[in-house]
Amino acid sequence: MTVPTGVETNRTGVAALWHDPQARSIIYQAVALGLVILAGWYLFSNTLQNLEERNISTGFGFLDRSAGFSISESLVSYEASDTYGRAFLVGLLNTLQVALLGIILATILGTIVGILRLSTNWLVAKLASAYVEILRNIPVLLQLFVWYGVITITLPSPRQAFEPMPGVFLSNRGFMIPAPVDDPVHGYMGIALLLAILLSLALRAWARRRQNRTGLQFPVFPCSLAMILALPIIAWMVGGAPVVFELPILEGFNFQGGITLSPEFGALLLGLTTYTSAFIAEIVRGGILGVDHGQTEAAASLGLRRVRVLRFIVLPQALRLIVPPTTSQYLNLTKNSSLAVAIGYPDLVSVGNTTLNQTGQAIEAVTIFMTVYLSFSLAISVFMNWYNSRIALVER
Amino acid sequence: MTLKSFLAAGAFVAASAVAMPAIAGETLDAVRDRGELRCGVNTGLAGFSNPDSEGNWQGLDVDVCKAIAASILGDADAVSYTPLTAQQRFTALQSGEVDVLSRNTTWTLTRDTSLGLHFAPITFYDGQGFMVRKELGVESVHDLDGATICVQPGTTTELNLADFFRANEMDFEPVVIEDFEEVNAAYFAGRCDAYTTDSSGLASVRSTAPDPTAHMILPEIISKEPLGPAVRQGDDEFFNIVKWVVYALIEAEEYGVNSENLEEMRETSENPGIKRLLGAEPGMGEHLDLEEDWAYNAIEAVGNYGEIFERNVGPDTDLGLERGINGLWTDGGLMYAMPVR
Amino acid sequence: MTMPNTQHMSETSQRPPVTRVGVIGWLRANLFNTWYNSLLTILILWLFYKAIPPFVDWAILDAVWGNVESTVCRQTDGACWAFLYEKANLILFGLYPFEEQWRPTIAMIIFVSLVALSCHPKAWRKSLIFAWVIGVPAIAILMWGGILGLSYVPNTRWGGLPLTLLLSGLGLMFGFPIGVFLALGRRSNMPTIRTICITYIELIRGVPLITILFMASVMFPLFLPTGLTIDKLLRAQIGLIMFASAYLAEAVRGGLQSLPSGQYEAADSLGLSYWKKMRLIILPQALRISIPALVNSFISFFKDTSLVIIIGLFDLMGATKAALTDAAWRGFYKEAYLFTAIIYFVFCFFMSKYSQYLEQRLYTGTRR
Repeated sequence: MTVPTGVETNRTGVAALWHDPQARSIIYQAVALGLVILAGWYLFSNTLQNLEERNISTGFGFLDRSAGFSISESLVSYEASDTYGRAFLVGLLNTLQVALLGIILATILGTIVGILRLSTNWLVAKLASAYVEILRNIPVLLQLFVWYGVITITLPSPRQAFEPMPGVFLSNRGFMIPAPVDDPVHGYMGIALLLAILLSLALRAWARRRQNRTGLQFPVFPCSLAMILALPIIAWMVGGAPVVFELPILEGFNFQGGITLSPEFGALLLGLTTYTSAFIAEIVRGGILGVDHGQTEAAASLGLRRVRVLRFIVLPQALRLIVPPTTSQYLNLTKNSSLAVAIGYPDLVSVGNTTLNQTGQAIEAVTIFMTVYLSFSLAISVFMNWYNSRIALVER
Repeated sequence: MTLKSFLAAGAFVAASAVAMPAIAGETLDAVRDRGELRCGVNTGLAGFSNPDSEGNWQGLDVDVCKAIAASILGDADAVSYTPLTAQQRFTALQSGEVDVLSRNTTWTLTRDTSLGLHFAPITFYDGQGFMVRKELGVESVHDLDGATICVQPGTTTELNLADFFRANEMDFEPVVIEDFEEVNAAYFAGRCDAYTTDSSGLASVRSTAPDPTAHMILPEIISKEPLGPAVRQGDDEFFNIVKWVVYALIEAEEYGVNSENLEEMRETSENPGIKRLLGAEPGMGEHLDLEEDWAYNAIEAVGNYGEIFERNVGPDTDLGLERGINGLWTDGGLMYAMPVR
Repeated sequence: MTMPNTQHMSETSQRPPVTRVGVIGWLRANLFNTWYNSLLTILILWLFYKAIPPFVDWAILDAVWGNVESTVCRQTDGACWAFLYEKANLILFGLYPFEEQWRPTIAMIIFVSLVALSCHPKAWRKSLIFAWVIGVPAIAILMWGGILGLSYVPNTRWGGLPLTLLLSGLGLMFGFPIGVFLALGRRSNMPTIRTICITYIELIRGVPLITILFMASVMFPLFLPTGLTIDKLLRAQIGLIMFASAYLAEAVRGGLQSLPSGQYEAADSLGLSYWKKMRLIILPQALRISIPALVNSFISFFKDTSLVIIIGLFDLMGATKAALTDAAWRGFYKEAYLFTAIIYFVFCFFMSKYSQYLEQRLYTGTRR
């Protein structure tokens, strides 16, 4: 390439700039930022133009309009005449409910299966690995369809409901249990529980300080447990021990009263729990195997009992390997809960879908989805990072 | 090296998939240039549009697409079907991804005005009904207070249901499932006491029950669901074509013209109406900017409206529907074609 | 087993007790070694006894085999395999024209053999690249046709297993290079680029795939200038590529992070430019380390493509659902789901076994 001599000096200037790493980095960044902004602006202006041309209204004003559709289960009161905003809130709470329970149950189940895979019983170990392989390798959507089918088809109709205990019913309308009738004592019990938890934390801090100072141990766990159980019970007895329960009663088509867990909720919870537990089982197994065998041998040679070896030597070390990948499984479970739409559990996406369909507010609805799930993800990440830093190896 | 071939493949994909569709007013030209009609259909609804075992689309809505393609291009197979979910259908039509939406869509004021659609004549008059299991002893919709009801979301069905129960001060618990097959399964498993959908769907759902006689369809119809093809606003020429193709199919039945006697009718009929319809007496095609045999081609491809109905949803099919209000106006139904003249 | 050398036999004074060797010994050591293991074993055997006979009855003894009408199936309690005779083509190939279905079959065979070939570390050389360069256009020609006397099949008619493989295959092929750039960007020294990459990765990873697919199917048309449309399949593919790239970026980042900083410093001290350093020193090692994580992402991604059913595409899952909408064959979802589940399982299972094999192979040197 030939360059006219007139711009020679100029070119040298540019070249010099180009060979300066700092300047080059600024140029790169400016170009990247410029491209991103340009692309964003382009899409944004197109969108505005399209919305205008097609007479589609924008903004979140529709949230105040009456929704007009019913929702089968909700943690807060909801009527068809309530607003879209409230419908979204119902969906949000339903998502939170299933995700939270799913995370807890999947952790327990996953840990058990992970340990069973290391069992010395050949049959148990093989069965556990078959469980893991089958559940991990089939799309979770398909599994949800299957669970829902199993629950609705195998359970009897409400009139022939199983009654394993008086007042507890299991049918294809769900799992019904008695609900305690509202009483002010319940509030006091809650306060007592909170108090017990705070006291336990204080006790733990004190016990740790004392152990650091004197080396004496204090049975923190049993004491805390006793406190957490006893205080609410004392509150209940002081309040006159109310024992009024609202029993589910077969009335008309279905059971009325009591607390109901619907088959949709059951299928979703079961599907998400088992699917995620298969992944957690693998993580747990990997974590336990990842602890150097020398560690257990050393512990054994100190004369620690098996349970203590597991509790004080293996588990703390395995946890460091387990926690980071488990965090992403928790995130996956939360995100997978959006598949509720396929089996009729009214989660956020399901409610949002109906809204989107009725109002045509695609951008707003998808924005709400994304904001909510991003906040969930962020919250779980922050919590797990905090936990991870607590259990991380502290080198002195 | 490999990256390059990926990129080349990608460019190939992109080039074949990105296309400039018609701007308003030019849909007809675009269809002719492309040599095929783009038709939005349901992802799977027995009798209206679902793929058969060999992967070919069939159904009443699909036949409407075929008739339009035959009228414009002379070839009923020159259709590219785009299966659309309830959420996607209007966006797909608005953005030009499809030329015509023939997807059991209810004609309502809101859709007609705020979504920028034009509805062509109704091809099927439907209404929302209920099915219950007989053992419950329910005789009427008004006995359903407190019942659990299975329903598909995102359609007018769900709103009609809520409106109806509110208006009659009754309670119900909805089980809202997106997937048609899953809703059916849930109802048959006894998850719900009642099942609600368009009455055209109820009969076919009942026929697949393990024991169809254990279920009954309640007499009440709680809503009007006029279903018809829709096109974009702003292209009156194309709107006219869709409108008159549907009328021609109905008119043909009225005149007794069907896919078998079609040719004979064109040659021998002395009825001026038939002659105009089939192009024996020219003029009609010209007004629509089509060939004179536009209606002839459409009827040759799919038959008249009566034949379409019988073939896809009629008494001899799995849906087993009677003509009822979908009969010709001369038989006491609502099918009334504006005169082709 | 026969003992060839009887003389040798007689020399051994005593055989081990029968409870220590053979079947009984094995049972004692592996199934009944402690009281709780014995209990578990008995419990599991009882469960088998309860579960297996009814399944055999349903799947084999009471089942309807062969090409018969659906009415025959409705008269028995067993499985209706006739459903699969009728619908297997629809499930496997979606809406692809019936007479032309040999083409996607061959295309799939080419694709699967290419992938299988690429899995073998011995095949990792130049000739593999040529195999792909020949294979990919061959697949494209087979699927689209339009030349060489093959009739043209528009991509709106693609479906079933080929579509699932295509969506996941292309998603990974395009998602992977983008993911590598994103991972590098995330570890870049330039704050703007780092921020852009982190925002992108976390944004995509923070939301469920179905919202991304929703965006691609419902919102994307609104982003484009009036008059321009991109067909539904490509929109879904773009959404999947965006999704895959974010997850693959994280897998690659794991590899980048685990490289000792000495490698970076050594490359710098050689005076290599950034791209040369990455291409010659860092990425070959980092990618090698991240292969197991990458394969795990592949498996998840392959399963996740089943969600395109929510936006109305006939992939394997969608075609299964479409097969179930036929009024004559409605209600045979157990058979359909089992069939589809087995197909997904076979693909995913082999991939996961492969990832375990690779892990062992790659880490032999560093193992304790």
